[in-house]
Amino acid sequence: MISNNRLTAEEYEQNFSDIHPPFETRDAALVEANRCLFCYDAPCTKSCPTHIDVPKFIKQIVTDNIRGSAHTILSSNIMGGGCARVCPVEKLCEGACVYNLMEEEAISIARLQRHATERAIREKWPLFRRKPATGKKVAVIGAGPAGLSCAHVLSREGIDVTIFEKESKGGGLMTYGIAAYKVTPQFCQEEVDYITSLGGIQIEYGRELGRHLSLDALRRDFDAVFLGFGVGLARQLEIPGESLEGVVDAIRFIYDIRSKGYPTVPVGDKVAVIGMGMTAIDAATQARRLGAKEVTLVYRRTQEEMPCTEVELDIAKSDGCRIVWLATPKEITGSGGKVTQLVCRIMELGDRDASGRRSPADTGQTLTLDVDMVIKAAGQIPYSALVQADGLANTNGRISADKQGVTSLAGVFAGGDCVNGGKEVVDAVQAGKHGAAAILQYLNVPVNVPASS
Amino acid sequence: MANLHTDFLGIHSPNPYWLASAPPTDKKINVLRAFEAGWGGVVWKTLGSQVKNVSSRYSAVDYEGSRVMGFNNIELISDRPLDINLKEIAECVRLFPDRAMVVSLMADNDRNSWHELIKQVEDAGAHGLELNFGCPHGMTERGMGAAVGQDPEIARMVVDWVMEAAHIPVITKLTPNVHSVVPTGRAAVEAGTNALSLINTIQSVTGVDLDTFIPNPNVGGKSTFGGYCGPAVKPIALKMLTTITQDPVTSKVPVSGIGGISTWKDAAEFMLLGATSVQVCTAVMTHGFRIIEDLCEGLNNWMDEKGFTRIEDFIGKSVPTLTQWEELDINYHVVARIDPAKCIHCGLCYIACEDASHQSIRLDYGNPYNTYTIKEEECVGCNLCNLICPVDGCITMVEQRKGAEYLNWREFQRRGLPLNDH
Repeated sequence: MISNNRLTAEEYEQNFSDIHPPFETRDAALVEANRCLFCYDAPCTKSCPTHIDVPKFIKQIVTDNIRGSAHTILSSNIMGGGCARVCPVEKLCEGACVYNLMEEEAISIARLQRHATERAIREKWPLFRRKPATGKKVAVIGAGPAGLSCAHVLSREGIDVTIFEKESKGGGLMTYGIAAYKVTPQFCQEEVDYITSLGGIQIEYGRELGRHLSLDALRRDFDAVFLGFGVGLARQLEIPGESLEGVVDAIRFIYDIRSKGYPTVPVGDKVAVIGMGMTAIDAATQARRLGAKEVTLVYRRTQEEMPCTEVELDIAKSDGCRIVWLATPKEITGSGGKVTQLVCRIMELGDRDASGRRSPADTGQTLTLDVDMVIKAAGQIPYSALVQADGLANTNGRISADKQGVTSLAGVFAGGDCVNGGKEVVDAVQAGKHGAAAILQYLNVPVNVPASS
Repeated sequence: MANLHTDFLGIHSPNPYWLASAPPTDKKINVLRAFEAGWGGVVWKTLGSQVKNVSSRYSAVDYEGSRVMGFNNIELISDRPLDINLKEIAECVRLFPDRAMVVSLMADNDRNSWHELIKQVEDAGAHGLELNFGCPHGMTERGMGAAVGQDPEIARMVVDWVMEAAHIPVITKLTPNVHSVVPTGRAAVEAGTNALSLINTIQSVTGVDLDTFIPNPNVGGKSTFGGYCGPAVKPIALKMLTTITQDPVTSKVPVSGIGGISTWKDAAEFMLLGATSVQVCTAVMTHGFRIIEDLCEGLNNWMDEKGFTRIEDFIGKSVPTLTQWEELDINYHVVARIDPAKCIHCGLCYIACEDASHQSIRLDYGNPYNTYTIKEEECVGCNLCNLICPVDGCITMVEQRKGAEYLNWREFQRRGLPLNDH
């Protein structure tokens, strides 16, 4: 049975509390910070898409220069506070920490980063100043990580930025698409507020490209446009039974959890989640945390090929989620219009595909799961229609842009998920920086924006 | 199992570890606890003039998360009544007759005061006397403590007075707040002191509070120079000790080594450089008397491993190996070698060599891990990379002699050999 309001207020509170709590004291942070070796040309920094100078910010924690530490982080990554909570650090900075090579625990870079940025954001430290206004104005589509990052760099350089956001809050994926136990909606709001506290950035909410706005008009009214509208449409399974009541997409499910409040979101007793990416994990774990009795993740390949990290898998496992490897949905069956079963084909691994991963092949056998809810997390697809309607060169709906975010249309730049098809928040932040650098160049605003590789 | 028994001029103790004259030895309750824990002896906190203390009295230097790397105090000599101290000394000697009971003294600056104090302490049953010529604060202004130790002639005069009255061994404790400890050491030996001990604390300011702008320790808005000790001073103490154990005059008497001794390794080093007993304070002030267990066990295991059965087997063993720079072998040459299997690619060796040494490490960029290799032809063998490397055994210094024969600087010059090979 699918129902909401399954738990007490205390249970919701506990289930959605911070999974990576911050250091409780300065001393606790110092013990960890002092472990850092202060590597030269540090592997952690090189493994961060935004190239945060990790050894420097950690050393600044050690020297009680928290303000400097926050500045070091935020000047490379204005969403460094949020990234400290949501980055899959085990495959980025912490994964590269040299301590891994000594069979020692990697430095808790994310927690230290959170320690350094938390006060800056909460207390609104004015770590950045705008240069005098240039009189130029830029439109940014989407107040997600790419758009906010782009806007912040531009505003620092004296550009007036207007961000158009279709939702009622900023933060994009950070606010609407990530498990609430990783980053709270409240923090997301504080982070957006911190970014805009610089000045020179206006966010117009409830304004959607293609609906309330046209790219042509924006190109006319602004000196340049940055597109950072992400991806958002859930990939369909294209199998029978997909329209039964009880089949939902993970993006919607997580969006509801984050925007409507935990008790209002309905969840089944027995839930199947299709996919093994970060979104699948976030959907599965949160289904459990909303009170689902059984949650099964179904993935067509093996652990070897799964897109989520081991750490994410461990969260799902410790939340009691079951995992069925090598199974792909064949059909969803129902009764009275409601989901009752998920039938899967059992797969085996065949030859390697273009990505180097071994492709699953049908064994002809099937497996049936008794479920009352199916959450689809088989990937997201780009806003192809929007992209095509605006005449942007694209690949399967992903905007074609060079590394600096230059698109096929003059004065139009793009970055983040709408270009890369869906990567991490931190990648979008970097794309926003690149886009801003390209825009400044296009507008002939002389600056020295770090154009890191 | 080696024997740690120590015979210091007939002052016997079951091990060479004495507690230095300081707060841990200022009353019976502490000293009995120390003896119960296993300490070989104590130097009772300095008796003498009447004093009054202030608060706070201590401050410290922390380093990268380690507390009390260096320790500073502005406490004076014992502020307890003399008769109580003497009574408690007698009780401690009675209860633990096998432990060394040395009493530190700092009498008013006249012969009679010294004679009277010595008699009282000897009557209490002390096994030895230590003359406090080193206290760097509070007492110096009255012409005592370091004011005595800093002037060899005053030290000679006071030791003269002491030797007139003393019937038990006299140890003269030297101040490090001089350009060399040898002149005062010699004066004391020539005046008849039976032994020396060093070092006392080093005058210091441990830091300034960046909110109040008042240096530490803060005594009602003011501070004063204090005496620095703890692990940070050990290398200075070892150097000063060696100048005493190598000097033809001062090396004639036994030495009790003091200065940052925290572990059995520290103690072994002091003894290798000539100390017969060692005195500990800061380590006990930060961790308590219980550290005596590992001080003894560690020293014992090391002695067994090295085949030493008695402490006399290694006392002073390293003294001859410290020589003048001019005697060092210029043909001896080492180069660093990085073990690629152990390297964790932290780059610390590279940046140290590049910015601060001889640009002898090659960097090949990688993502995310760079590769570092030694340019042997550039390496001067300075050892910096080896010291900085966080992985034990990753960088080793490999011997590559420049020539087969021993060649020192004097001979090098005499032959007119070429300079500036780097």
